[in-house]
Amino acid sequence: MKLRTLSLLPARVWMALFFAAPLAIVCAYSFLTRGDYGGVEQPWTLENFTRIADPLYLAILWRSVWIAGLATALCILMGFPLALFISRAGRRKSLYLQLVLLPFWTSFLVRTYAWLFILRDTGLINTVLTGLHLISAPLPLLYNDGAVLVGLVYNFLPFFVLPMYATLERLDPALLEAAADLGARPLAVVWRVIVPVSAPGIAAGAVLVFIPCLGAYLTPDLLGGGKSVMLGNLIQNQFTTARDWPFGSAASLVLMLASALLLSLLMRSKVAKELM
Amino acid sequence: MRQRIGNLPGILHKKQGDYRQVKHALSATTVRVSLPACKDTVYQMPRPILELRSLSKDYPGHRAVVDISLTLERGGFYSLLGASGCGKTTTLRMIGGFEQPTAGEVILDGSIVNTLKPYQRDVSTVFQNYALFPHLTALRNVEFGLRERRAKDSEPRALRALDLVQLTAKRDSLPAQLSGGEKQRVALARSLVLEPRLLLLDEPLAALDPKLRKQMRAELKAMQRKTGITFLFVTHDQEEALSLSDKLAVMNAGRIEQFGTPEEVYLRPATAFVAGFLGAINWFGKAGVRPESTRIARQLPATSERRQGAVESTLFLGNCVHVNVRLEAGDRAIAEVPRRIGSIEDNTFSEGETVWLHWQPADEMRFE
Repeated sequence: MKLRTLSLLPARVWMALFFAAPLAIVCAYSFLTRGDYGGVEQPWTLENFTRIADPLYLAILWRSVWIAGLATALCILMGFPLALFISRAGRRKSLYLQLVLLPFWTSFLVRTYAWLFILRDTGLINTVLTGLHLISAPLPLLYNDGAVLVGLVYNFLPFFVLPMYATLERLDPALLEAAADLGARPLAVVWRVIVPVSAPGIAAGAVLVFIPCLGAYLTPDLLGGGKSVMLGNLIQNQFTTARDWPFGSAASLVLMLASALLLSLLMRSKVAKELM
Repeated sequence: MRQRIGNLPGILHKKQGDYRQVKHALSATTVRVSLPACKDTVYQMPRPILELRSLSKDYPGHRAVVDISLTLERGGFYSLLGASGCGKTTTLRMIGGFEQPTAGEVILDGSIVNTLKPYQRDVSTVFQNYALFPHLTALRNVEFGLRERRAKDSEPRALRALDLVQLTAKRDSLPAQLSGGEKQRVALARSLVLEPRLLLLDEPLAALDPKLRKQMRAELKAMQRKTGITFLFVTHDQEEALSLSDKLAVMNAGRIEQFGTPEEVYLRPATAFVAGFLGAINWFGKAGVRPESTRIARQLPATSERRQGAVESTLFLGNCVHVNVRLEAGDRAIAEVPRRIGSIEDNTFSEGETVWLHWQPADEMRFE
């Protein structure tokens, strides 16, 4: 065997066992009928997919898209200036990049739990505000869409900042000088030069945030308190409480296809270069 | 007391008096001098477009620009000439507002602009690699500054500027679709359209191939004459600086060694550095003589300005021949002789041949 084949073998076996095979199983399940106590039964059917068109589920789909979109927009609004700042920070660049990556030193789960202690009625924010007598009753900060948004933005902001930074870092500084030279004030330089020139980087970062947000499960579960149901929670629910594996599989596939479609559209555009 | 008035009718009478001249007349300083005989006689003194006063720029560990002073008159073509690292680009960047001087003043058309940002200064820069906005077409690139100034007729003006650089056909092309020379023209049009008081050009020809460079050189000069805008051109190429400039400043190690017309700096260089930088030089003791002023002869010349030596090699350069001679003292010298025409004069020298080099006292350059 050639070295190339040999060295790729572990990865191939791994991907086959733990990616291709499970995916095939999910695909097969999505066309079967639910068993009475979980599991799947014959006959083959398309009903799982037609059920997704039910207004109840469409609402959840729409809600997921809306929240993921909002989280992405917030990541862009906060991440773009931050990435721009870091890219122009000179010697301190690497320090700031380390700080952006700092949250990754602890687990995703722990970080999300931490927000419970900040947002809950007896949490950090409410304790401080009541302590200062600014409010008489605790603010309802937890278990709503706002809390979910906070969690999503917090967790996925680095996924936007890093590719955005890479794009802005490559930006020719002479372009900014030329713009200033032609009379553009700093804000006009950002708006008329930096944003349009780095648009592919913005789109790339947005995709990297939007796709995981769309399928988010843990954050809406913990911070939304089950009230704020997103697609990820629906799928999880089908495999546990609802015991409807075929419908859960169908919903997973729809989510995956939607993400794949979005990615392939972007890959064909200039954005691909930024993602590579 | 200063007033802005102009001798408008006088200029309008001139048939070829263009808009630029009117503008210059308007911005000339008028000084009222009271004399007993004729009260309120008005003398006009043209104000320099740019004045650098004891300008310095220090970086940690080295001094990029050291106490330079320079005065540029309106409507001239000026060059800063020097090797890379001599401070010429730093000087340009201080005038453009991209660098803050450590000491000294940048005075643009009478006012100190030291603290003004680039977007507040009425100067424009053509950058070395053009720095065209990659997302905008040629036309939109040229229009950029006009839009920033909220000019109402920005598109027609941008089109006229594109026409001036003969690029109307490429108005909708993106920079990536333009050749080096075309990008250069767009960059030039983008700056010229704003009619700046001063146009700064940072090695604009360096990125072009040699043939195109010569062509653009001629176009730059023509453009400067046509628009009447003062050009300050930075280059390391002495041929460019000599052929383009009305006056040039030769820079070395952050200082201006000499500021003068091309003839002055070439024929009467102020320092040995200037002499050496602007062309080859033969050293005969303390006297420096250019190769083209150095004659070569087989017979003893009837002059005391002479040295004997042996031909080391000859170099055919097309329009002339360089004869490299090793002098008796051990120094080397070059004699530039015209290409042999017919057999009027035998200009062919062979290696090892003993020859005399001689020159005229007037061609000697002497330095401290």
